[in-house]
Amino acid sequence: MQTSRMEALQEIFRDVLDDPALCIDRSSSALTVPGWDSLAHVRLVVAVEQQFKIKFALGELEQLKNVGEMLDLMERKIQSKR
Amino acid sequence: MDQHFLQMLSPPFDLANISAKRKQIKRSLLALGPAAPLRVAVLGGSTTSELVGILDLFLLREGYEAVFYECEYGRFFEEAVLDNQALKDFKPDVVLVHTNSRNIQHFPSAGEDPSGVEQKLDQELTRFRTVWDKLLSDLGCLVIQNNFDPPLVRLLGNADAVVDFGRTSFINQLNLRFAQHARTTTGLFINDLSYLAACVGLSEWYEESYWFSYKLAVGPKANVFLADSISKIVRAAYGKSRKVLVLDLDNTLWGGVIGDDGMTNIRLGNETPEAEAYLAFQNYCRGLRERGVLLAVCSKNDPEIAKDGFKHPDSVLHVEDFSAFEANWDPKPGNLKKIAEFLNLGLDSLVFVDDNPVEREFVAAQLPMVAVPDMGSDPARFIEILERQGYFEALRLSREDAERTQLYAKDRTRQELAGQFQNYDEYLQSLLMQAEIDHFPALYMDRIAQLTNKTNQFNLTTRRYTSAQLQAMVNDERYITVYGRLKDKFGDNGVISVIAGEIKDGELHILLWLMSCRVLKRGMEAAMMDALAGECFKRRINAIHGYYYKTAKNAMVSDHYASLGFSLVSRTEADAVWRLDLADGYKQRNKFIEVTPFADIQDGSLAGNLSGRA
Repeated sequence: MQTSRMEALQEIFRDVLDDPALCIDRSSSALTVPGWDSLAHVRLVVAVEQQFKIKFALGELEQLKNVGEMLDLMERKIQSKR
Repeated sequence: MDQHFLQMLSPPFDLANISAKRKQIKRSLLALGPAAPLRVAVLGGSTTSELVGILDLFLLREGYEAVFYECEYGRFFEEAVLDNQALKDFKPDVVLVHTNSRNIQHFPSAGEDPSGVEQKLDQELTRFRTVWDKLLSDLGCLVIQNNFDPPLVRLLGNADAVVDFGRTSFINQLNLRFAQHARTTTGLFINDLSYLAACVGLSEWYEESYWFSYKLAVGPKANVFLADSISKIVRAAYGKSRKVLVLDLDNTLWGGVIGDDGMTNIRLGNETPEAEAYLAFQNYCRGLRERGVLLAVCSKNDPEIAKDGFKHPDSVLHVEDFSAFEANWDPKPGNLKKIAEFLNLGLDSLVFVDDNPVEREFVAAQLPMVAVPDMGSDPARFIEILERQGYFEALRLSREDAERTQLYAKDRTRQELAGQFQNYDEYLQSLLMQAEIDHFPALYMDRIAQLTNKTNQFNLTTRRYTSAQLQAMVNDERYITVYGRLKDKFGDNGVISVIAGEIKDGELHILLWLMSCRVLKRGMEAAMMDALAGECFKRRINAIHGYYYKTAKNAMVSDHYASLGFSLVSRTEADAVWRLDLADGYKQRNKFIEVTPFADIQDGSLAGNLSGRA
């Protein structure tokens, strides 16, 4: 489940950053992914919220260190909806 | 151009992809062809970058390639009013003042007396008037001003809209003043946030986490609705609003098929929910006509029969209401071109409304500048779908707009223009048609009987049979029966064609050949003919006799047999007899439909297919 979620997330990153070859892993962060600025960030959040039908609460995203933690948070939200 | 990118920008908007695939969408829109340059300054009371990114796409969709100026965060007033060389140097064509109810500075306090409320209304209006006056006088541009969305906070509940110090009431008052001012100010246009917020719903319109985190005044979905609305205003301001509503007839302006059901049996009026829905849609079209949108008909129908529909006692539309009327059997793109030429308007003025997805796709592919909304098939939703598209945005209704309709109506004459399609074959190929052709199976007998008894136009003999009589033919080896069911990439048309013939002295006499007009000009006749000929060879039949019996409605098939290679044996005023000799062989005619071979389908093996249909 996590793997396919990772793939879906990578697809969103590729679309938003317009880089079809971009590869992200759990350790990726705004510091290591080129182009992940504040404008791209808003679009990433909107796309993730829409696609996975979840909502991030205020401050949740700011605490995350990397993509891995983002995936874990997404997973918790998706699971708690079930 | 990938149609699906355009689809993402049509209601209901694909928010996830508009956010994620912004650059891909932009590239595909740019590839559509040249767009007019447009300089847009966005002066906001909140973060504007998200709206600008989306507006960029929607303006491109309307044919404008924009460059943007964005003011410093929240400084719409200062940048407009104080001497701003950067904005002057930018030379905007359009300035959008992107504010909303978060930018109201002086809400009344609880219990404030009426004169205090009035004073605050004046204060707010003056602040914005200062902005507008300065922009209009200094920059000579168009100004688009958001009015105010309903407040998120209703401290007084329902009374908030009633007592004059309520925020809701205050905003309603302010919106009225904005409207009054815009009515008399050239170059000032109101973007109706109050309506857009209602469309989206306040619970999605405002997304407080985006406000606190990114200072986005409204949520992501709201920004898409805003961008769509602004792009419509721009288009209208440059005189590019669409002007003609082109309508199909059967199952669009009434329920049923006028050629088959007849004027008295089409569904229109107040008798049933379906009839009411079509009547409501006619009333809507009439309303558009009265405010200056031209109406036109583009229908596959016999012209005289088509007009019968408007003689229905409940029809609120009449033949005179249409500025152009193309009812014939030619492909619709050619007819739409005729309509545009006749009205002396560009194809980009037309909106084409048809319940049939095959027609819609054909027109959309052939004439990309014509707007072809996905109407679905539920007449109850037709009005809503058209309304949401906002094709006919009118900035201010001029008297000439209303008169234009009559002008066209006066000099309307039916013109015959060539404009046939070159690549109809390619189109047919693209439909990926598959037919199932076989003897009548018991399971279909009711549908075959129904089709036999209601089809009037594509019907060579107009003989009527009960399902028991048809079943008797299947069981009797002196008869040949053939039905056809056609699927294409849009779905299953079901059973749409029926042939029955009687064998006498080793030759076949066709009793029945009919087809639903839904699948006209799709090459289905050829596929049916091939199957019939194949069966004749199997049964060692040397010749086929075809009969045409003229009725008030079946003129369209008077040359049916000629087109299939039959020779004329005799013809009277009304009727004709045709003959096809099979002794010298038969050349297959079907080119576009993949047919499940005649011999391969037996009743039993079909069952799997059939159950899938229900």
